[in-house]
Amino acid sequence: MKSWKKAMSVLVISSMATFALVGCGSSDSGTKDGGSGSKTEAAGTLDAIKKRDKLIAGVRYDANLFGLKNPGTGNVEGFDIDIAKAVAKDILGDESKIELKEVTSKTRIPMLDKGDIDMIVATMTINEERKKQVNFSDVYFKAGQSLLVKKGSAIKSIDDLKKGTKVVAVKGSTSAKNIKEKAPETEVLEFENYAEAFTALKSGKGDTLTTDNAILMGMAAQDADYVLTGGEFTDEPYGIAVKKDDKAMTDAVNAALKKLKDNGEYNKIYKKWFKEDPK
Amino acid sequence: MDFVGAYSPENLGFLMEGLMITLRVAVISIVFSFAIGLIIAVLRYARIPVLSQLLFLWVELIRNLPLLLIMFFTFFALPEIIRIDLSAEEAVILALVLFESALISEIIRGGLASIPKGQLEAARSSGLGYVQTLRFVVVPQALRRMIPPLVSQFISLLKDTSLGIIVALDDLMHNGQIIYNHDFGYVFPTLILVATIYFVINYSLSLLAGRLEKKLSV
Amino acid sequence: MSDLLDISILIDYQDVYWKGFFITLKASVFALILSFILGVIIAVFRISTVKSLRWFGTAYVEYIRNIPLLILVFVFYNGLPSIGVNLDSFMAGGLGLGIYTSAFIAEAIRAGIQSVPKGHVEAARSSGLTYLQTMRFVVLPQAIKIVLPPLGNQFINLVKNSSIFGVIAGGDLMYQADIINSETFQTVSVYLFVALFYLLLTIPLSLFVNYLERRLARAY
Repeated sequence: MKSWKKAMSVLVISSMATFALVGCGSSDSGTKDGGSGSKTEAAGTLDAIKKRDKLIAGVRYDANLFGLKNPGTGNVEGFDIDIAKAVAKDILGDESKIELKEVTSKTRIPMLDKGDIDMIVATMTINEERKKQVNFSDVYFKAGQSLLVKKGSAIKSIDDLKKGTKVVAVKGSTSAKNIKEKAPETEVLEFENYAEAFTALKSGKGDTLTTDNAILMGMAAQDADYVLTGGEFTDEPYGIAVKKDDKAMTDAVNAALKKLKDNGEYNKIYKKWFKEDPK
Repeated sequence: MDFVGAYSPENLGFLMEGLMITLRVAVISIVFSFAIGLIIAVLRYARIPVLSQLLFLWVELIRNLPLLLIMFFTFFALPEIIRIDLSAEEAVILALVLFESALISEIIRGGLASIPKGQLEAARSSGLGYVQTLRFVVVPQALRRMIPPLVSQFISLLKDTSLGIIVALDDLMHNGQIIYNHDFGYVFPTLILVATIYFVINYSLSLLAGRLEKKLSV
Repeated sequence: MSDLLDISILIDYQDVYWKGFFITLKASVFALILSFILGVIIAVFRISTVKSLRWFGTAYVEYIRNIPLLILVFVFYNGLPSIGVNLDSFMAGGLGLGIYTSAFIAEAIRAGIQSVPKGHVEAARSSGLTYLQTMRFVVLPQAIKIVLPPLGNQFINLVKNSSIFGVIAGGDLMYQADIINSETFQTVSVYLFVALFYLLLTIPLSLFVNYLERRLARAY
């Protein structure tokens, strides 16, 4: 029945889209109204979560240690997942009152904007550009960009990335952007998600893969032929993103994070995944 | 290559979950693209001034764009133009319906045009109304001729659902990716298996269509 | 619409768009040539009198036509390295796209050749023409009229399908659009402009196919 409802809405939308696109000119005023309307709506995320008694978090399915889908159990597991659950527990009193949806670097902001998800907990670096689009919580993980290479590779640091070096990265990530600035001579190959990027590195499409060290550690843990190299050459503080200008939701997430850090729960989660105490 | 590991019961089950999503998306999209394609074709066949021309432009525009681009558009751009909330699955369905309905309308229009004008005139002069003529004379004959191209279009649609991976739709192709992300030795075996699953479904569809065509032509 | 459509994207990133455009063009031409050659060979197999060739031709067409292009491209890009063959995105994408399209082209050519009445062939053979002469002077001239329009449509499909290069970092229009988008976040503008570049390739092709259809219909 649910898919039938969905189908109906798609029918309505496709006819709407047809007219909207055919009669392009007339949509001017509608767009602006819609835009401002959504902002007042945005402020209500927290209420909406409480009303439906469930928090919807956008997480990764393909980043070992942070968010990885296990085909066997059907569960998604990782540091981000545990943090998201802890936030759900703080807001709704039960960590099982959470729904996880897969996001990629490319899809996460649009999905948050559209209201598909209430928050993004997906190895997302806090930066000025993104702050124009979303609200960030306080830092919940400190990462830094690094390089992953096959054991025995000649690449030892970012200085070894020269003309002709092929660097694998993920579309829409800060690391793709950083590497183009720090090693402009290299050829950067960008893929849809970490699964495709790591597979491309393993099948020899690139000389190194660059992203945050924490994600790379997860990859190295999956395949012992690969190691991190070159140290950290950027700071990538991760934040939980919520809708732009939604102060109530931002405050709620920050309060939850603070409580986690104060009661030692954060350290436990950190140690569970990274086998060491937080830096 | 690790066929045994790649084809573990857990992984096979996970692929089946993805297959269910693929089939759901395909069936919903086929139903709506056929309905909308039929409407577009009949409206164009009826030569209603202005509307027919607009539909012509629409069909030509869509036919000349890649589906991947349309899918990006429904997922990323459309919410910025008109405020609608589409999940990955809905965005994929919408893109498939927009794209395939244009192609299907061309198939149906071709089928309608293949019915000799003389029959139309004969039906009209024997007292049938325009809509009745379409309903009882033109459409049934045309449908029979359209079955082979329509079914190959449906098969393309089913194959094209795999493009949903760009918006992280959790379909068959995507679940295959998740599996081979765990071990490089799984890549080749998983791709072969996923290809075979698509093949079995699509080939059965085309065999079924062949039978249907034979039955109707008698 | 004015705040959505930002023309400066097109101006600032015109080099990137053109770079993608030419890679799309190059990839399409490469795959087109490959698909045509393979398509002709497979079509000949399918109408051959040798049973095993016919069987191979049928198996090839049915298998390729019924699997997604994406998988074929992934097999060439990510799958082949595990048997020691490492292709770059252009070769992997080009081979995948070329082989995929060749199955459809083979079918179009086969249908065209088989549409020539058997009687014509028999008449030509009995009047002393060899098999090749019969093909050259009797069958092909008639078949080509029927084959050309669907062939043209397959080539349009091929150009559109080349967008799959975007998924394997192929540097084509679709890929560049993603890159521009992740730098500017001007989603609507970025994808609308890339649509224009695709239309620049596909509309002339479509018009040419329409023209052929009309001309050949008249020539009958």
